Amino acid sequence: MSEPAAVTIKDMLKKKQILSSGHRMCAGCGAPPTIKLMGMALRGPTIVCNATGCLEVATTIYPFTAWKIPWIHVAFENVSAVASGVAEAYKVMTEKGRTKHEHVDVIAIGGDGATFDIGLGSLSGALERGHDMVYMVYDNGAYQNTGIQRSGATLPGQETTTSWAGRLEPGKRQRKKPIAEIVAAHKIPYVATVTPYHHRDFITKFRKALEVEGPAFIHALSPCPRGWRSESGKTMELAKLAVETGIHPLYEIINGEQYIMSAPSKNLKELTPLDEFFKLQGQFKHLYKPEWEDFRKQVQANVIADWELLKKKCGV
Amino acid sequence: MATKSKTPKHPVDIEGLTGDAAIAVALRQCDVDVVSAYPITPQTIIVEDFQKFAANGETHTKVIPVESEHSALSACIGASAVGARVATTTASAGFALMWEVLYCAASMRMPIVLAVANRALSAPINIHNDWSDSYGGRDSGFIQVYCQSCQEAYDTTIMAFRVAEDRQVLLPIMVCIDGFILSHNVERVEMLPDETVKKFVGVREPFQNLDPDNPITLGPLCLTDYYFEFKEQEDRAIRAVPEVYKRVEAEYEKLTGRSYGLLEKYKTDDAEIIIFTHSSPAGTAKAVTDVLREKGEKVGVLRLKMFRPFPTDAVREAVKNAKAVVVFEKCMSFGAPCNPLALELRTALYEAERRPLVADFVIGLGGRDVPPETIVQGIEKTKDYLKKGKAPMYETLGVRK
Amino acid sequence: MSEKFNEIPMAGNILKPGNATEYKTGGWRAERPIHTDETCLWIKNGTCGRCWIFCPDNAVRLIEKEGKYSYAYDYDYCKGCGICANECPTKSIRMEGE
Repeated sequence: MSEPAAVTIKDMLKKKQILSSGHRMCAGCGAPPTIKLMGMALRGPTIVCNATGCLEVATTIYPFTAWKIPWIHVAFENVSAVASGVAEAYKVMTEKGRTKHEHVDVIAIGGDGATFDIGLGSLSGALERGHDMVYMVYDNGAYQNTGIQRSGATLPGQETTTSWAGRLEPGKRQRKKPIAEIVAAHKIPYVATVTPYHHRDFITKFRKALEVEGPAFIHALSPCPRGWRSESGKTMELAKLAVETGIHPLYEIINGEQYIMSAPSKNLKELTPLDEFFKLQGQFKHLYKPEWEDFRKQVQANVIADWELLKKKCGV
Repeated sequence: MATKSKTPKHPVDIEGLTGDAAIAVALRQCDVDVVSAYPITPQTIIVEDFQKFAANGETHTKVIPVESEHSALSACIGASAVGARVATTTASAGFALMWEVLYCAASMRMPIVLAVANRALSAPINIHNDWSDSYGGRDSGFIQVYCQSCQEAYDTTIMAFRVAEDRQVLLPIMVCIDGFILSHNVERVEMLPDETVKKFVGVREPFQNLDPDNPITLGPLCLTDYYFEFKEQEDRAIRAVPEVYKRVEAEYEKLTGRSYGLLEKYKTDDAEIIIFTHSSPAGTAKAVTDVLREKGEKVGVLRLKMFRPFPTDAVREAVKNAKAVVVFEKCMSFGAPCNPLALELRTALYEAERRPLVADFVIGLGGRDVPPETIVQGIEKTKDYLKKGKAPMYETLGVRK
Repeated sequence: MSEKFNEIPMAGNILKPGNATEYKTGGWRAERPIHTDETCLWIKNGTCGRCWIFCPDNAVRLIEKEGKYSYAYDYDYCKGCGICANECPTKSIRMEGE
């Protein structure tokens, strides 16, 4: 089975890429680097199941596909179910002597829409059944593919086309679903949060996810220049800031109980103010109007409170 | 019923089985690789019986106890895409929930066998038989067949894998039985030995499957410049089904002495009035036919087995000399000129040289009992319409109005 | 695209992995990255490589040949997003209008 994960630049250059150039993701999109890093962690034959969304649509516009490994898309809310079927089928066909490989790694990928919202039921079912698969969500904070509509992953204060900022509203009011903890509550072996900026951390964690027996979950933040109204060149900088401001802390949860904070978060002496993160994005611009000052301060206070609670859980 | 041509060669096992149990046995014998299903009345026994077989090692199958019907069919697609033989089963609201995925399964050309225990759709919620669930999937691209007896359910489930997996077809197939009326009623079923069935269905040969040694992309985005061509392909595939079905059934007949055809003609050759229906009302209609024939009335039953693809030519041929065709159907298509089965028939007859009078009777919705009296009532009304030379587009029978 | 229904594989299946390379996304660019060898750490000793890691389009070429390192862009696919320029630790990349 095991090809080693490629973590150093020299190793990464040698490892076979799973996504080719020529895909039509936006310039500066955080998702393709996420897939590239996932590819660096692979250990052998792999099948990818993809939910409807930006990644699926822009990498497979008929007659072109950017995928160099087996890949299937069926619908929006069912990628976990499709992956369950793939995993069990390969297993039983191997038992019956009808496959060429002893094992295949099955990866399900969905955006925040497919994962936090419409596909949450299907995800929960797959987690409860305990299939040996990795689920990765590339979280760009809204239903970006259909034109920037709010999702359960949209942050409070974030403006989208279904959570406008206006006279009465400061963008979305509700908090973001704590998806990593929701998933971890199923007591699956491994859950981790990652960003494409922290590439070593990403590859190491993804490899761990592949290696555990049973379901594993990777929550990847994927900045979106179009939806976030940020400069396309700032994508990685935004991913870094998301960690530094406590918006997307990096940690692992083992067996749903043991919390381990990762170095980039652990080493923070204190959180960078959210303003540093917000000011690079047009979608938070309205929060700097006087009428939303209290709201913005509350959002900042909540991020700090969540961070303190997380530190406690991690024993930091 | 089934045409008996000769005594079967192999030793058979005869048991009283319900429709659900018969389908479960057939699935067990067909070496299904993956079953992913969600229970819903009245199909639950299929899932339960099958899971029991699996738990006892009587079948080497991965059973995925999914959390919804939408996931059930989705997991089947994933499994089928790897090259596995897969099956699932549902009814009513569960069928409605997987409706989106029906279209995906057919367009992705996944040879999945779906057993449907026909049950009414909500609202109001009702657990009894009518055909509104599977009729709702008639445009999905699934092959659709209806069974009148538990024996036929057993036989058809076995043949279904061969038809679906045929390289000319590669389409999913729905095997439908009336909920409770067939699913829960015990009838005599002759079963083939395990080895015989296993040999008959063989091993599925994957085609364009998910294979790390040959990485392909399944289910891409297809824009205006290509989508239509894939639908053309699907259309050609479903039109290939009757030939494949006949071939498969001929082989099956050699093993069992039984065959059903795409439709069954019961005393229709010289019939003046032909009843057109399927599933359990066909059985009732045959009993009524026998009684009426004794009285000298020239009545017959045309029992449809294959609804999709609809055997237009065969139906036209079978009714061409009748004066009237009486449709009995357990489904209402609100706002349509008439209801689904009659719509199909009238369309099939539109180009015919001689068009018999067609009467459309909606019966048995929500499991309303369809006793022989209802059939007789429909026939009497039709005789009346024949005198007048005109029948209403449709009417309901057996409802308090 | 002019193929008939029976001239393409069934069901939308795409049988050629990675054939997206036939579509040159370089045409999207409004600016292009320009690289300076002198300050680049990859050129110096085969380290860093962040531009390659972060590039969403595999448009950075880090070449090693007989102990010597060189650098190139694949302008057929570079969309000019500017991530490489933004992340280069030695400011060896600048963006210039097309």
